[in-house]
Amino acid sequence: MTDKLLTVSGLSKRFKRRGDDIAAVAQAEFDLEPAETLALVGPSGSGKSTIARLLLRLIEPDAGRIIFEGDDWLALRGSALRARRARLQMVFQDPLSAFNPRTTVARALEDPLRIHAIVPRAGRPQAVAALLDRVGLSASLASRAIHEISGGQRQRVAIARAIATKPSLIVLDEAVSALDVSVRGKILELLNDLQRQEHIAYLFISHDIALVRAFAHRVAILDAGCIVEQGPARAVIDAPQSAVGKALLAAAPRLHRNRIEDVP
Amino acid sequence: MSLRRFTRTPEAVAGVVVLALLAIMALAAPFLFPGDPQSIAGPALVRPFQDWAFPLGTDRLGRDVLAELFHGARTSLAVGLAAAAASLAIGTIVGTLAGFAGGIVDEILMRITDAFQTVPGFLLALAFVSVVGPSLGVVVIAIALSAWTGPARVARAEVLSIRERDYVASARVAGMHPLAIAFREVMPNALPPVLALSSVMVAGAILTEAALSFLGLGDPNRVTWGGMIAEGRAVLRTAPFLSIAPGVMLVFTVLGVYLAGEGIVENSAVKRGLA
Repeated sequence: MTDKLLTVSGLSKRFKRRGDDIAAVAQAEFDLEPAETLALVGPSGSGKSTIARLLLRLIEPDAGRIIFEGDDWLALRGSALRARRARLQMVFQDPLSAFNPRTTVARALEDPLRIHAIVPRAGRPQAVAALLDRVGLSASLASRAIHEISGGQRQRVAIARAIATKPSLIVLDEAVSALDVSVRGKILELLNDLQRQEHIAYLFISHDIALVRAFAHRVAILDAGCIVEQGPARAVIDAPQSAVGKALLAAAPRLHRNRIEDVP
Repeated sequence: MSLRRFTRTPEAVAGVVVLALLAIMALAAPFLFPGDPQSIAGPALVRPFQDWAFPLGTDRLGRDVLAELFHGARTSLAVGLAAAAASLAIGTIVGTLAGFAGGIVDEILMRITDAFQTVPGFLLALAFVSVVGPSLGVVVIAIALSAWTGPARVARAEVLSIRERDYVASARVAGMHPLAIAFREVMPNALPPVLALSSVMVAGAILTEAALSFLGLGDPNRVTWGGMIAEGRAVLRTAPFLSIAPGVMLVFTVLGVYLAGEGIVENSAVKRGLA
C-alpha cells in the first residue's frame, strides 16, 4: 500500500440538476504505481472527466478516499493544498481554452515557477527556455502570445507547464484528442520520454481504445460512473469482458480493429 | 442634425473632436483666464457680444461668463472622469468577488447591490453630499456611490461565465491563490463589457454633478456649469444667456462623451470580430 503513488477507493460524486440526481462517479476504485500509465476509457458521460476533476480537487467528492504520495489528499486545505498541487498536475483537452487568452508562452510557464518558488525571478527566463527545450520547442517562442502558436505547440507548452513543478502524476484529460494524427504521435512520444526520464505517472483519459492499447500499461473501463473492468491494457482491450468494453472495441475504426484482432 | 447624414465613424470622430476641444478648454483655462474666475471682472449683466473684453458677457455679480465656462469645463470633466472611474473600479471589484466566490459571499454582496439599487441614485448622492459637506472629492464619491451597481452586475455576469473556463481550472491546478485567480486571470477578461459602460457612466456623472451644483451642493470654491445655471435662474427672463451658455456646454459635453464612447466600443467590437 505504501509504495503506491495513488490509491483511490469508494470515490463517489452525484450531481443534482433541475430535480435530476445523476451519479457521475459511483464507488470508483483504482490505484497507480510510480511511473505507470493507467488509462480511463469509457463512452461520453461515463464520468472520466469528473474523476479527473475530483483528483485535482477542482470539485469535491461526496464520498471516498484519495491517498496520494502516502497522504490523505482530500484532507488538505488552503495553502497546504496549493503547495502540494505541484506534485499533481493536469493537461487539458483543448490547449487553447486551457490558457488565459491574454497570456504569453513565457508568462504561462513562469506562473508555476513563481507560485511554487522553484526558480528565483532572475533565473526564470533560462528556466522557461529549458522547459521549452524539454518539450521540443524553440526558446524563441517564449515571447509569443498564446494564440499565436499552433495547436500542437500549445499542447507542448501545456505539458511544459505541467512538468514545471516536477510532479509525480499528471492527469491527461483527452490531452491528445484535439490534435491531428501526426502531431498526436509526436506528443505521445514526448510523454513517453518524460515518463522514462522523470518517472512521472499518467492518468490517461481517452475514448480512443487503440491509442490506449498502445500507450497505457493498465486500463480501467468506465460505464455510467462505475469501473466495470480493470486490468493490463492489452489483455483487457483484446478480450473485453464487459458489454461496454465490447461496444467500445466494436466502435473503434476498422483499421485499428484489424490490427488488434491480428494479435493472438 | 447634420451628423445623421454621416455613417458611424464620423460620429465617433465628431465625439472625439468635441472632447478634445473640451480638454483643451479645461487645460487652457488657467492660462487664458488667469486668476479667480469667481472674482468680479466688470459691470454686472453685460450682454454677450457687446463688450469684447467679455465676449459672452457677465453675470449678476459682474463675473466673466467665458472665463467661468472655461474653468467649469475643468470641474465637469474632472468630476465626470473621476466618478466614472471610481464607479467602474468599485463595481468591477465587487462584481468579480461576488461572481468568483459564489455562495454566501455572492449573496451578501449582491444583496448590498440590491439595497443600493432600490434607493434612487440621485437621492443617495444628494443625501451623501448634504451630510458630509460639498467638496469636489465628496461629490465624486457621492456620484460613484450612486452609480457602481450597474458595472457590478455586468462584471458579475461575465465572471460567472469565465470562472468555468479551463484556464481558471489550470490556474487552480498550478496552485495560484484564489484572490490572484480572481484578479489576475478572471477580472482582466471580464473587463470589455464593463468598459463598454464607461461612456454612459461619464455622461451620467457629468449630469449628476451639474444637478448637484444646481441644487447648491457643488463645491462652492469651484465654478461649475450646474452652479452657473442655478445662478442664472434668478434672472432667467432678463438675461437667459447666463443659463443657456453653460446648458449648451453640458449638452455638447455629454453628446461628445456618448459619441466617442460609442465609436470606441464599435471599433473594439469590429477588431474582436476580425481577430
